[in-house]
This record gives sequence, C-alpha cells and structure tokens, in this order.
Amino acid sequence: MPITINGAPAALPDDPRVSLLDLVREHLHLYGTKKGCNQGACGACTVLVDDGVRILSCMALAVQYEGRSVTTIEGLAAPGGLHPLQREFIEHDGFQCGYCTPGQICSAVGMKAEWQRGVPSHVTQDLCAETIAFSADEVRERMSGNLCRCGAYNGIVAAITAEHAEVAE
Amino acid sequence: MTPFTYARAASPDDALRLISHPHAKFLGGGTNLVDLMRETLERPDTLVDVTGLSSTIEDLPGGGILIGAAARNTAVAEHRAVRERFPVVARAIVAGASAQIRNMATVGGNLLQRTRCTYFYDDEGSRCNKRNPGQGCDAVDGFNRNHAILGASPACVATHPSDLCVALAALGALVHLRGAGGERTVALTDLHRLPEDHPEIETVLAPGELITAVELPALPFGRRSTYRKVRDRASYAFALVSVAAALELEDGHVKDVRLALGGVAHKPWRAWQAEAALVGKPATAENFLAAADAELSQARPLKDNGFKIELTRRTIAAVLADITEQHA
Repeated sequence: MPITINGAPAALPDDPRVSLLDLVREHLHLYGTKKGCNQGACGACTVLVDDGVRILSCMALAVQYEGRSVTTIEGLAAPGGLHPLQREFIEHDGFQCGYCTPGQICSAVGMKAEWQRGVPSHVTQDLCAETIAFSADEVRERMSGNLCRCGAYNGIVAAITAEHAEVAE
Repeated sequence: MTPFTYARAASPDDALRLISHPHAKFLGGGTNLVDLMRETLERPDTLVDVTGLSSTIEDLPGGGILIGAAARNTAVAEHRAVRERFPVVARAIVAGASAQIRNMATVGGNLLQRTRCTYFYDDEGSRCNKRNPGQGCDAVDGFNRNHAILGASPACVATHPSDLCVALAALGALVHLRGAGGERTVALTDLHRLPEDHPEIETVLAPGELITAVELPALPFGRRSTYRKVRDRASYAFALVSVAAALELEDGHVKDVRLALGGVAHKPWRAWQAEAALVGKPATAENFLAAADAELSQARPLKDNGFKIELTRRTIAAVLADITEQHA
C-alpha cells in the first residue's frame, strides 16, 4: 500500500531508514518541508498526517506511514492559492529568512485543530474546561516546538491570532 | 544509521514472535529511538513497530484507568477521565517535549526513553558506562549541572528524562508486560533500575518483553494532584527538577500524600521518605519543607548540581502548598 502525499499516491522507499522528511524532499522533490536539526528539536520539518495531526517528519520513518495521508506546506491550499494562515504570515511579517516558515504554518494548522478539540496545554489554567480561551500565551506555548532563529515570533503570533479572528468573525 | 529490517506487529503475539531476534527492538513513535539510531548509539538489525497494538484508554471498575501502550501522549493528556481523575498525568505530559512530539510519542516508548546525558550522546569524545560498559564516566567529574543528586553511583550520574513517568511513579501506576514467559505486572517504581555498577541495564524488563499497557489504579485524591517542572526556559526543555504530587487533607492534616521527583535520579524517584514524614502532620509550609528535607538528606551533589537540592526542596514545598490552597 502506498503513502498519500498531498492527495497523490507515492511509493514507499525500499530502505526503511528513509525518514518521512527525506521521502518528501529527496524522493518526491517537495522542498517546502525543511530539514533544520534533523533530531526533533526545531520543528522545521513539521507536516500533517491523517486528519491534520502535526508531527515531525525528521523523526518519522516513512515506512511507518504506509497507507496514511500526509499534507505538506505544498498541499495546504489549491495550486496557485494561499491558505489563510499563509496570507496572514505575509501580512504580519511572520518570517524573515523563511526557513522555518513551512513548519511554522503546518504546525499552526495542527495547533488550531488541537485547541478546537480541547487539548490542554502547559499554560491552560483549568484542565477540565470545555473550551480553552485563545490567547497569545496559549499560542506561544503551543507553538514552542517551532524555533525561529530570526526571532520573528511576534509576527508569527500576530499572524496566527489574526487568522483566528478572521475565522471567528 | 545502520541498516535494519522493518516489521509491523499485528498483535502482541506477533510482536513477541518478531522480537525473538537478538538484535531486534520494539519501535513506538520513534521520537527517541530514531534519533539514537541516527547517532548510531542504537544499532538494531530489526525494528518491530508496535504502534498498531492497543492504544485504547479505558475506565476500570472503581475509578482506575487502563492505557494501551501504543496510546499517543496527546491522547492521554486530552482524555477527559485522565484530566479529571489524574490531573498530574495530563500536566506532566503537556510539560514535556513539544506538541508534535507528543502527537507521535507512545506511552510505552515514553517509559523506555533513554537519558539525555550529553556524555552518553558524545560517542566520539567521551567515556560512558551506559554506552560502553566498563569504559568509565566523564560526567562524574565533568560539566554535570543537569545530573543526578539521588541514587547515583560512581559508574553513572545520568538522569531519567521522562515527565510522564514522574506522575506515574507518584500515582503507583502498574506496568503490564507480556513476554516469552507470559504476562506479568510490575509497579512503575520498580520498572527502572538505579545505575549501581551496571548503568547499561536500565529496566527490569526481560529481553523481548513488551509493555502492553499502563494502569492507573483508582486513587480518589488523585483529583487533587499536580505537576510542576522547573527548567532553563519556559517551554520545550528537559527538567532541572520536577515534582508530581497528590495530597489528601482532613481537618488541615495530611491524611495521605503521593510524591515523586524528576530530573534528579536515574529513575523516576518516588519520595517515600518525604511521604512518611508528612502523613498525619498539619499541612503547613514548615512541615512540607521538613518532609522535603527528610527525602533530601540522602542527596549527594556533584560539582555543578548542588543547586538542585535546594531547588527540589523549595519545589516540593511549593507544589504541596499549591494543592493545599486549591482545596482549602
């Protein structure tokens, strides 16, 4: 059974050592997903699996994702279009060099889904609350697995907050 | 990374059959093992993927919860019964790693993750008894700010990195195992070993033995539990010191208490002596500190980590005071 990347089937690598990150970049030539630390510390390789669960593709062996569906930054919007979060990252200067940006945006998409279904975070006061207030503190904590060495964090938080407000309207 | 064969276990029996190869290892979310393989600190020739085995989280009669070993950390932290009955577990999980890693990491794998001692990782430049048994330990006299203050040995001063395990140790969790000899259950506090002369042997698991589930036994005052982690940055860092605690009060006195420490020892450290010192005493700041002192009288600082003793002492007292205040 193949793996599905951005809606299209792709062959699994013969060598089980190939990470999901290397499959996407080196075998499928989808260079949006970035290799930062390659050891689970930076978040640049974040992709979404199945129903939008964010994971680190550098720590994932591609063979473990046989039969499953993976979305990378290239698959977030229809060709030629932009996902609302991509628009807001541009609008709010959510990057400088851009290297961490695909991981930041995929991570933010996964983060919103977690927040919506009530997954608590380290800064959530009431663990048992039915709904968790959307705040800059929550965004910062929930996005802490994505490093930005340019330090564009204020812009990143502003972009995510703006996209949230846009959807809420 | 050394070449290996990959196989997916369809059932626990299948996993035990596949693991029978001497250099085979079980694979969970891969968030630690894949990294160790890339560093060639782990060189299995076969990986048996057990993420397809039980990941269910089920209520047990009486108020306990049984968590399949393949449950992802996020699934445990967001489970309503876990949050309500054992908040310390949810708090410990969300204090650890990043959301992406918690989405991948399994409960079984969390229990078996290996130390982040930098000397253990530094294969080229450092001696490590855990990595190369008998070689010596460069952490004992090296930069050991992050290392153990309790239960260490001259052979190894590494700490266990898990947050979840600290909560599980406090709650008296049971680890369900299945191996060639059948099924058995061990207490989480008995699963990990102290280093002694063999730091390379980290658990009491038999070769090829599989963690199938973790059981949280019913504990009514588990609802009054929490976890506090002290680290060098506000998020996404390993603990310098962490405290998991549950407290039952009656008329201002400590009726029962569960206390465990992270970041201070080779295993999640259940603070039995502190617990014994506290039961029956008035729930006061003085008694909380005295209980911490009872536990920490056995602490032995290294060159750079003496601060952990006072930090642990204060964190224990602060966590117990927090729980007391919340339920006043």
